[in-house]
Amino acid sequence: MKKKLIELQVNDEVHSLAVKPNDTLLDALRDHLGLVGTKEGCSVGECGACTVLVNGRAVLSCLTLALDATGVQITTIEGVSQGEALDPIQQAFVDHGAVQCGFCTPGMILTAKELLEVQKHPSVDEIKQALSGNFCRCTGYTKIVEAIRAASKEQGA
Amino acid sequence: MNEYHVIGKRLPRIDAKEKVRGQAHYSDDLKLAGMLCGMILRSPFAHAGILKIDASRALNVPGVKAVITGDDTIKAKYGVISRSPKFVDEYPLAVDRVRFIGDEVAAVAATDPDAALEALDLIQVDYEELPAVFDPDQALKPEAPQIHDHAPGNISREFHLKQGDVERGFLESDLVREDTFTTQSAIHAYLEPHAALAEWDMSGRLTLHTSTQTPYYVQQHLALTLGINPDRVRVIKPYVGGGFGGKSDGMAALDFCAALLARKTGKPVKIVYSRDEEFTAARQKHPVTITMKTGVKKDGTLVARQCKAFLDGGAYCSLGPLTTVLVGTFQTLPYRIPNYRYDGYRIYTNKPPCGAMRGHGGPQAHFAQDVQLDMIAEELGLDPVEMALRNGLRTGERSAAGFNIISSGFTGCVQKVGEETRIKEKKSSKKGARGKAYGIGLGCGGFPSGAGFYFTNTTSAHSSVIIRAGEGGGVSVLTGASDIGQGSDSIICQIVAEVLGLGLEDIRITSADTAMTPPDMGTYSSRVTVAAGNAALKAARAAREEIFRVVAKKMEANPEDLVAADRRIFVKGSPDVFTPFEQAVNLYQTESGGAPLVVRGSYNSPDKMSPTYSFGAYVAEVEVDLRTGEVQVLRITAGHDCGQPLNPMSVEGQVEGCIVMGMGYALSENLSFEGGQTLNPSFLGYRAPVANQCPEIVIHHVIGRDPEGPFGAKETGEGSLDPVTPAIANAIYNAVGVRIKDLPITPEKILRELKKKEKGHEKETD
Repeated sequence: MKKKLIELQVNDEVHSLAVKPNDTLLDALRDHLGLVGTKEGCSVGECGACTVLVNGRAVLSCLTLALDATGVQITTIEGVSQGEALDPIQQAFVDHGAVQCGFCTPGMILTAKELLEVQKHPSVDEIKQALSGNFCRCTGYTKIVEAIRAASKEQGA
Repeated sequence: MNEYHVIGKRLPRIDAKEKVRGQAHYSDDLKLAGMLCGMILRSPFAHAGILKIDASRALNVPGVKAVITGDDTIKAKYGVISRSPKFVDEYPLAVDRVRFIGDEVAAVAATDPDAALEALDLIQVDYEELPAVFDPDQALKPEAPQIHDHAPGNISREFHLKQGDVERGFLESDLVREDTFTTQSAIHAYLEPHAALAEWDMSGRLTLHTSTQTPYYVQQHLALTLGINPDRVRVIKPYVGGGFGGKSDGMAALDFCAALLARKTGKPVKIVYSRDEEFTAARQKHPVTITMKTGVKKDGTLVARQCKAFLDGGAYCSLGPLTTVLVGTFQTLPYRIPNYRYDGYRIYTNKPPCGAMRGHGGPQAHFAQDVQLDMIAEELGLDPVEMALRNGLRTGERSAAGFNIISSGFTGCVQKVGEETRIKEKKSSKKGARGKAYGIGLGCGGFPSGAGFYFTNTTSAHSSVIIRAGEGGGVSVLTGASDIGQGSDSIICQIVAEVLGLGLEDIRITSADTAMTPPDMGTYSSRVTVAAGNAALKAARAAREEIFRVVAKKMEANPEDLVAADRRIFVKGSPDVFTPFEQAVNLYQTESGGAPLVVRGSYNSPDKMSPTYSFGAYVAEVEVDLRTGEVQVLRITAGHDCGQPLNPMSVEGQVEGCIVMGMGYALSENLSFEGGQTLNPSFLGYRAPVANQCPEIVIHHVIGRDPEGPFGAKETGEGSLDPVTPAIANAIYNAVGVRIKDLPITPEKILRELKKKEKGHEKETD
């Protein structure tokens, strides 16, 4: 298959890369750019592990073609923290024991990021609803919900 | 808890920061120069002979570098329970015959996935389809197709256990009940698919990075199937994205295929399973048909139990022969059963092989046990809480299967959840929302804190830990125990930090790399905290002894009077005069002629069953929608005894994870088959729980101090699952008055039973 040269804007950096028409955004991030923090759990849009932000909205990178991801701002888990300092959501995940195997964690954090951007103080039910497209098999979701709640309180009114 | 600095504290895990930043590398995240992509060709038939394989067209695809089949192997079988030859029943690539849809037939290595995929399509396999069998009942019939030559009648394993006299026990009982329970095909559904990356060096040594719970066994089985010495195999476990028993088989087909393809091509080869492969061809949990006959006295005292279990094993052994035993032994926890008999049979069928999954035989048996006891309590007009208290095993007792209970907090667990939930009162005064029925139920369990033996013949200790202290004052811990997300790295570091008076940040842990870390059985049977924890404790104490010896000399003190805390060594009661830990290490080196401080600790279970046992009692509260049959679990209140929780936050994480997994097992999770074909190989098709289905969870730690566990700790990762499913099943019965003894308890089944019940009522009133 013939490759096409595209530009992707990821974590405030512009990358030029040659992708095949069937390469997904997930392939581009992981295989071309080495941003392996974005995880592949199912490749069919069911598990949420590959969630990234596109213009601030949570998107499944395994269902997005790389060719369609140009001209937008992409944020992956590597772009969430500000240098050494963790994002408040990341810090809350650490402090509240919301991380076990960690494979769903990047997707969970980016989903939470979108949620708290849209809605500063979601209820427990709203958090659970927002997370219901992200599978986790380790935590029973309890501490993930707690962490997001704590992060939402942290960010004030 | 004031006596400890690190133990018993709600500390964040040592790897959490890396994981939230996306910097934790799992097997699929690793890349090597010139690396090829491998893929596996699987059987489309449930049972067939392989007549011929022609890979010539596949090899012509540009980018394809190699194809391997059974003929490229040394045709050595493997099986995780390698102590018994008859449990070694599987070729890593099929030889002459395939036995389930998904059985590995060939593998290809190519420069990119598209070429590999195209090559898979072009490998021409001539099969001769054979009659297949998918159901244990059918497989036991004399005319059934025989799946393995070594197993006449398709019996993969049978196990019998007898304690006391059950017949007399039933005669002495006031009530005897017999019920049959069935459980479904379930699967681990860990988030990280299996991935393996293999590379050989010029001296014929293999390095394999793989997603495993048991690096030591992978090393052994790779060596066996590749025909090389285990010392030439280095298995490295990077971060692992969950396992739950699904990565504990010692070797997965992809480990072998990546290794062989890498040898053949002279290049590194990586293979990653697709989610479809995970659901159709990876190990599963045994469906079990359990016929349970239980006799009790009028006051609810258990007198006798006879249990017969048939396990649908699938096409190969995996860990199933052990599951056959454990369905029988685990149900002797948490209750005292004076007369007991168990007959377990594992039957081969042409389906994906079943092995260990969290709880390993316990969830199936405990579902049957606690649902039946709930029925018995109702028949006798007794309170299930009182009945559990009456029959619960106490410290110093021995279960019918021979489990020696050296510490039991079971009574405390039952009392606590009974009081907190007011279950007795709520059971009768049920209040449900409009169109919904509220119900409440109890479930109980107990679980070993680790197995008492290896599956291989070995001279290695169950767990060993090596500790090295560096001149900068940092400490390196080497362990073969595998953190797969349950948090054992953090727990081992906490133990070492506590003994040496250090912080978690002063410790670097390597787990696991078979070239550097000592052998360890691995992560299964809920063994790591007690076994590797004790090995770490011994090693840390040995390090402290060396340090204290040199510091005592310098400070002109008695080594016995020294303490280690806050990175300092000082005489107890005089913290102001101290030697910094770093200086102490350098003192040691000066005295030893520069030799580094290296110590080790090993642990073997003193009991061949298990060192000690955890206990739990949970209460579930549910609401059943009478129109749709849908069950909402409102709240689970868990009382659990894991001895001394070393990190309560981590323990809660295990309990919460178990509760949601047990809820899925109770209500929705199920792999469906038709003609041996998996019909729903996806997360959504399988219906593992998602966040908005989860109940409120209330956890009560019933804290004790186990005499064997490190700092008094016991297991919590598996036993916490057992009480969940029966508690939910009993709550559903309490809500709607229908008993469903067939998992999962779906809305369809509830509505069907409710209809039957209604019809029954109509008939009665006619």
